[in-house]
Amino acid sequence: MLEIFTAGFWSQYGALLAAGTRDTLIMTLVATVFAYVLGLPLGVALILTQPHGIRPCALLYRVLGWIINVGRSLPFIILMVAIMDFTKLIVGTKIGVLGAIPPLVISAAPFIARMVETSLAEVDAGVVEAAQSMGASTLQIVWKVYLPEAKPSLILGGSISIITILAYTAIAGAIGAGGLGDLAIRYGYQRRVDSMMLVTVIFLIALVQIIQSIFSRVSTRIDKRLK
Amino acid sequence: MNEHIIQIQHLNKTFGSGDGAVHALEEINLDIRQGEIFGIIGLSGAGKSTLVRCMNLLERPTAGKVIVDGQDMTALSEKELRLARRNITMIFQSFNLLMQRTCLKNVCFPMELCGVPADKARRRAAELMELVGLGDKADAYPAQLSGGQKQRVAIARALATDPKVLLCDEATSALDPTTTASILELLKDLNRKLGVTVVVITHQMSVIEEICSRVAILDGGVVAEQGTVEDIFSHPSTDAARRLVYPGGASVQQYGAATHAVRVAFNGGSAYQPLIASLAIECGVKVNILGADTRNIDGKAFGTMLLGLPDDPNDAAKALSYIRSQPDVAAEEVEYHA
Repeated sequence: MLEIFTAGFWSQYGALLAAGTRDTLIMTLVATVFAYVLGLPLGVALILTQPHGIRPCALLYRVLGWIINVGRSLPFIILMVAIMDFTKLIVGTKIGVLGAIPPLVISAAPFIARMVETSLAEVDAGVVEAAQSMGASTLQIVWKVYLPEAKPSLILGGSISIITILAYTAIAGAIGAGGLGDLAIRYGYQRRVDSMMLVTVIFLIALVQIIQSIFSRVSTRIDKRLK
Repeated sequence: MNEHIIQIQHLNKTFGSGDGAVHALEEINLDIRQGEIFGIIGLSGAGKSTLVRCMNLLERPTAGKVIVDGQDMTALSEKELRLARRNITMIFQSFNLLMQRTCLKNVCFPMELCGVPADKARRRAAELMELVGLGDKADAYPAQLSGGQKQRVAIARALATDPKVLLCDEATSALDPTTTASILELLKDLNRKLGVTVVVITHQMSVIEEICSRVAILDGGVVAEQGTVEDIFSHPSTDAARRLVYPGGASVQQYGAATHAVRVAFNGGSAYQPLIASLAIECGVKVNILGADTRNIDGKAFGTMLLGLPDDPNDAAKALSYIRSQPDVAAEEVEYHA
């Protein structure tokens, strides 16, 4: 495995690793954005419609909760295979970076909805009540109270979501999505290139560390409760 | 303009239904006058917070009317209600400031909600911060302020929409006595300067005594007594009132079943009379101070004392008539049986 310190290793696998890292990052970031487009409104809807929310609606709350739980109970690899025809319908292919994005989004959105719900639940109910007492509409309470007040927590949740999606992309790699997961499976596992396995693992660890430290730092910096 | 800014008529509030129903408020009738400081006092669970939330319809009454500034709040549409709430704002025990906004932006908040242009809102917010004595804290975040300062910001925020009524829900209960006094002073001052009607919800008799002109005593969801603070203070006629008014807040029962006692209320005599000393010197009667809660407000004595009278009926009668002969002092014989 010491060949990872040799120029020969990097001239042989360097381009593959660069492309794999790029694909992993593209899948992770694009899927995270779309998963939040779905998950954030869902999380907000959960907070508003819960029994003590500002728009209680037991039926909607229960239906949303049920859908989210179904989404979360399917392991990613199963979901990915199960919805392949749907994936083809949406992005025109079942494989590659593009083919990985729909299942990543569908799998992560319910998870993100719960993360958002938890973050928003931390907002002091008294502050929400105060906004109501000043005549704030539901939309104003969401935009001007819930989201800004929960921002530090939402950002921390964001790091957990991104890292989860990053892990999913490695699984997606196993069935033809490309990225670092694909390299680890094809070279590290199937061809027994131990050095490739080692490098992909190191890259994944580094990515997670970088993402987590950036998000933690931003969350702390913008949180005005700590100063 | 209506003399009564808030009229509450036959108000009932029930939580839940069937066997588990809780009647939080029953048959409440209150009239709060324009420009006064009105107190609502009661022990925990008496329904005070529910009552104040029925005034701005954060809680919807189960039955009855809430008329604020001539408008029946219960009949308004949701949109009309949001507009009406700008007229009857609220401050809270836990301040409820937006923690991620500066103080100035907190005061801007209600103006943002109703579409006041940003620069105009900022100017007005700066004036209000000045008015509550925090002109230099505009750019600080709430987490950097003390409790009293936070409540001042909350007051500035509540005044941003020029309300006719300011509801104070246990606004001083989380503050130390000195800070409480300064916040009460500020409320009194704002009431005088701006003419804003103030409704004070509290469990502390001292708060009522300090700033209210009239008071309602809430007990178990009903108004046990209402009237001027002086009247209620010197002649509490219900058990609920006595529980609140007696020194220490406790019933006299704790002093023994057969104690023959007299409750003395100082109603703001021009100077504090050394009553007990003169009683001993001029009548030769010694009384026992069972409890006292008196204070000096603007050089006038206010508060109550509970005196245990001598066993001898003649001495007791002599003491009683002496106390009653004093100016601005009311005395009431109390006898409690366990």
